[in-house]
Amino acid sequence: MFKPLGDSALLVELGDKITPVINQRVHALNALLQNTNGVLETIPAYCTILIHYDSLNFSFRQIKTLVEEKMNQLSQTPQETGRRHQIPVRYGDASNSDIEIIAASKGISIEDAIQIHSEKEYRIYMMGFTPGFPYMGILDERLHMPRLQTPRALVRAGSVAVAGFQTGIYPLDSPGGWHIIGWTPLKLFDPNSATPFLFSPGDTVKFIPMKEGDNAGSA
Amino acid sequence: MLEALEILGSATFQDVGRKGFQRFGVPVSGAMDWFAYQIANQLAGNSKNAPVLEIGLGDITFRAKRDCVLAATGAGFEVQNYVWTFPLWTSFYVRAGWVVQIKKTSGGNWAYLAIAGGFASANILGSSSTYIRGGLGRAIQAGDVLPSGTPKGELMKLAARDFSARSFVPYSQTPTIEAVAGPQRERFDNIFFESEYTVSKLFDRMGYRLEGQEVLSYDRSELISEGMTMGSIQITNDGQPIVMMADSPTAGGYPKIAHVITAHLPVLAQCEAGKSKIKFREVSVEEAREKLKEISEVLKTSEIWRVK
Repeated sequence: MFKPLGDSALLVELGDKITPVINQRVHALNALLQNTNGVLETIPAYCTILIHYDSLNFSFRQIKTLVEEKMNQLSQTPQETGRRHQIPVRYGDASNSDIEIIAASKGISIEDAIQIHSEKEYRIYMMGFTPGFPYMGILDERLHMPRLQTPRALVRAGSVAVAGFQTGIYPLDSPGGWHIIGWTPLKLFDPNSATPFLFSPGDTVKFIPMKEGDNAGSA
Repeated sequence: MLEALEILGSATFQDVGRKGFQRFGVPVSGAMDWFAYQIANQLAGNSKNAPVLEIGLGDITFRAKRDCVLAATGAGFEVQNYVWTFPLWTSFYVRAGWVVQIKKTSGGNWAYLAIAGGFASANILGSSSTYIRGGLGRAIQAGDVLPSGTPKGELMKLAARDFSARSFVPYSQTPTIEAVAGPQRERFDNIFFESEYTVSKLFDRMGYRLEGQEVLSYDRSELISEGMTMGSIQITNDGQPIVMMADSPTAGGYPKIAHVITAHLPVLAQCEAGKSKIKFREVSVEEAREKLKEISEVLKTSEIWRVK
């Protein structure tokens, strides 16, 4: 459950499945670990937290004890700590939209695909791959798509995409292997802003379909 | 102040790295060889986290716009200053108008060039480290003028300092790299630690693929993505080890057999593609920490160089 990753990081394992309950525990513990003496920064993921610690002044054992103490403070039913976001999406409006392919391969209409994708609230399980990219789930099975055989060299920033049980948004123009379902005008990552990231891991996201004529950010 | 005249390899600003944003998916970046980076700044009389130029792959040529002191460290390069050629790990005086070339030789991959006073480079998310894939900064191009700050101390006193790197870090092309067992160590037998590897030509700031004996796992179950960082040794599905380096993504889904100790990361970073012969040895987290403390003590000492 507590494993070293080299001499300056400790991996805490809180489970081995992708479930909202385990991930909620991850983010609750992660919140308790902030501003803790010896902890430099943390990377919460689906069911683990990687803790970077000050290894010149703290041993692995000391950090392990500290994390155990924090775990004892966790309540059985941790409160949601994340923020809730509403994200406007133009479904099918991306330079490389795959919404027709998704609908056709799943035997549903485009309208169904939009409704299924936008009716649920998603949890941001973790962030990674590229700065500001949220890994969200759990996607309705009717939209599960494999990754593209050959990833695209360029996916436009703001593209909303799906892969397996997950959905995500590309914060930057970057290569990408997920099927694209829509596009959001919101900026997810702005390194020059005082608040560079729109999301934090542990937040929840609801997609709001934009209608013809809607302006960016009006939703 | 320097002007870049010609860049055959790559040159980027790097510092101690971008800390505090890994949870948002932002890699730490920073110097590939953290020891050479630190010493370059010490030789130039700079603060510990001043940005320096990291130079890789080929020759870089600059012209000094005014008198300055430069310090060059690392491995696999030599310095040509005006008419003199000399090895790395030294500081040197450059007169306005002189041309300085950091020339690729062999025996390493990365050189670090610090300027007394520090480069005045853009700060993004608290760091000057360039992360090209994520659009944080860009590589230095010919024609770029690189402004610098005011040196701490008299230029003449900062010049001609010499540092004996090998007394502190065991740089070698045939090293035994120490590593702590990784979170998925139990999925593998000992073959990785009994074999010899070299760095693949497909190496970059994100990771070093290793060529050699493939490492197969008993347990092929898929791993759920979890945090990783510089030094993590992942084993891909086809049994290839990859050591994650400075631009490592913050998370990954391949099992991690081991993790290179901080004290030996500089040695591995300087291992050349195709030529190096690398062995790995498993050590405990306590041993790894002792080595890190030892090398950190060296860096705390203020006068670690010789004056030529």
